[in-house]
Amino acid sequence: MDAFIQLDRVEKVFEVRKKAGFLKRERRQVRAVDSISFTVARGEMVGYIGPNGAGKSTTIKMLTGILTPSAGRLRVAGIDPSRERTRLAHRIGVVFGQRTTLWWDLPLIDSYKLMHRMYRIPDARYRDNLDRCVELLELGGLLDVPVRQLSLGQRMRGDIAAALLHEPEVLYLDEPTIGLDVISKAKVRGFLRELNDERGTTVLLTTHDLQDIEQLCSRVMVIDHGRLMYDGALAGLHEVGESERTLVVDLERELPPIDAAPAWVVRVEGPRQWLAFPAAESAAPLVARIAAEYPLVDLSVREPDIEAVIAKMYAGSAPGQAEKAVS
Amino acid sequence: MGERGRLAEGLRAYWLIAGMWVRSAMTYRTSFVVTMCGNGLMTAMDFVAILLMYAQIDSLGGWTLPEVAFLYGLSATSFGIADLVLGSMDVLGARIRDGSFDTLLVRPAPVLAQIGADRFAVRRLGRITQGGAVLGWALAAVDIDWTLPKVLLVPVMVVSGAAIFCSLFVAGAAFQILAQDASEVQNAFTYGGTTLLQYPPTVFGKDLVRGVTFMLPLAFVNWVPASYVLGRPYPLDLPEWAAFAPPLVAVACCAAAGLAWRAGLGAYRSTGS
Repeated sequence: MDAFIQLDRVEKVFEVRKKAGFLKRERRQVRAVDSISFTVARGEMVGYIGPNGAGKSTTIKMLTGILTPSAGRLRVAGIDPSRERTRLAHRIGVVFGQRTTLWWDLPLIDSYKLMHRMYRIPDARYRDNLDRCVELLELGGLLDVPVRQLSLGQRMRGDIAAALLHEPEVLYLDEPTIGLDVISKAKVRGFLRELNDERGTTVLLTTHDLQDIEQLCSRVMVIDHGRLMYDGALAGLHEVGESERTLVVDLERELPPIDAAPAWVVRVEGPRQWLAFPAAESAAPLVARIAAEYPLVDLSVREPDIEAVIAKMYAGSAPGQAEKAVS
Repeated sequence: MGERGRLAEGLRAYWLIAGMWVRSAMTYRTSFVVTMCGNGLMTAMDFVAILLMYAQIDSLGGWTLPEVAFLYGLSATSFGIADLVLGSMDVLGARIRDGSFDTLLVRPAPVLAQIGADRFAVRRLGRITQGGAVLGWALAAVDIDWTLPKVLLVPVMVVSGAAIFCSLFVAGAAFQILAQDASEVQNAFTYGGTTLLQYPPTVFGKDLVRGVTFMLPLAFVNWVPASYVLGRPYPLDLPEWAAFAPPLVAVACCAAAGLAWRAGLGAYRSTGS
């Protein structure tokens, strides 16, 4: 496996000074990132999730060379980001959801023209990449509009295009869908999927929106208090979180609660019953048994709410458990 | 990439960004001309204050009007050039607060060049024009025997003075990284410095003059070399060659500011705030 991004026990410790009276300051160390190790292969699309202040943005800032790690080894495309920030800049694209890398008061196209020169993108390639972004991100009518007049969704699309003109090998997105409406979110996700499929661009995105992860990422990393709590497939997260799936059964008539271990009835409403069962169990034998023993009209399986899964994981996040969770 | 490579990259990025702002300003020509004239007029009022003062007095601290105009012209022109080149640096603290400073760090260009060229405003030429006009009048009006060293010293003073003010802008920006709401502190030194230098050193206390000679060497922008040109005694008991020190002082200031900037940026990248 070609490890494109490599972190080996990376740490970031901040010293926070707090006022503790007139002129007196208390110093306190905050471990924003606490010994995180992972690798990302070329062409992977990875979701990086966690609550506010978990260390997601700090990790992204170390990966882009904005921040210098306090300890550990970090490589992106074989480059140490903190030492060779400008050399790395040619190979990465960065999108910050909450602030723009575009020039606020100038038309969108001016920012792109500047990127063209600043990144020394050959003319033909710049034209191709710009045309492609304009088409796929629907920027055609927006190029002459000053950035400050764009809506949040338009600006985000403009920012994504700006990050891709120099064809970076990896794209970092820090909360790319924050504050966007449903349509804008769908456009952004569709574009990212295509980028990853067609160009093989490695994508690492932090998000609060689990739908981003569900629709885009085959792999998810969960971070909390600076520690990696989980690294693996999205589906596996359910097992770690000991979550439950729900079987919604519509019977022909009202009947006493269905008896079908390992599932148990959590709710009855007329002929409809809700049964919970461990997410790790297969639904098939359960469904077969209920179909055989009860007069069944309709039935559906509901996946667990992943936010609940993660919340559960955070709640029980003793360090010992965390180590177990990291595969 | 060596130091020379970084410098070349920085100048290139500066040129690209400043060029973008100039082109953008040129799309609204009328607005551009109006703001530039306004800028010139505003700074002109500055000198009018001195003219009004001389309507009542014949000399200030022993200096005549053309002599003070000479000081004023040198200080205003040097400062104007520095303000044109790096005048946007006082927003650095705000950019750190709102997080947009990070976006500069992910681009393949030196941060100093990017922040220095940000919002490059040609209208600031108004200040240089006004300073240059006063300097021109002063050169014609002062009564001195021009020698070759004196003639050569004038442009050297302007360039060195601009470099000294530039280093002040950069050092101030480095300080803003550590204290993000310190843009007023920076302004006190830059704008305050240029105003100070528009008056003869003889009207200020010895300690202040010592401070701006040895601590913050603003005296080399005009006071010391101008005293040589005008054939006046130096503000402090400095040797005669001190008048020719401005280029060296400028180089030293730029080096110190560069180190301060590097330290500030390093501190930012290790603390993130």
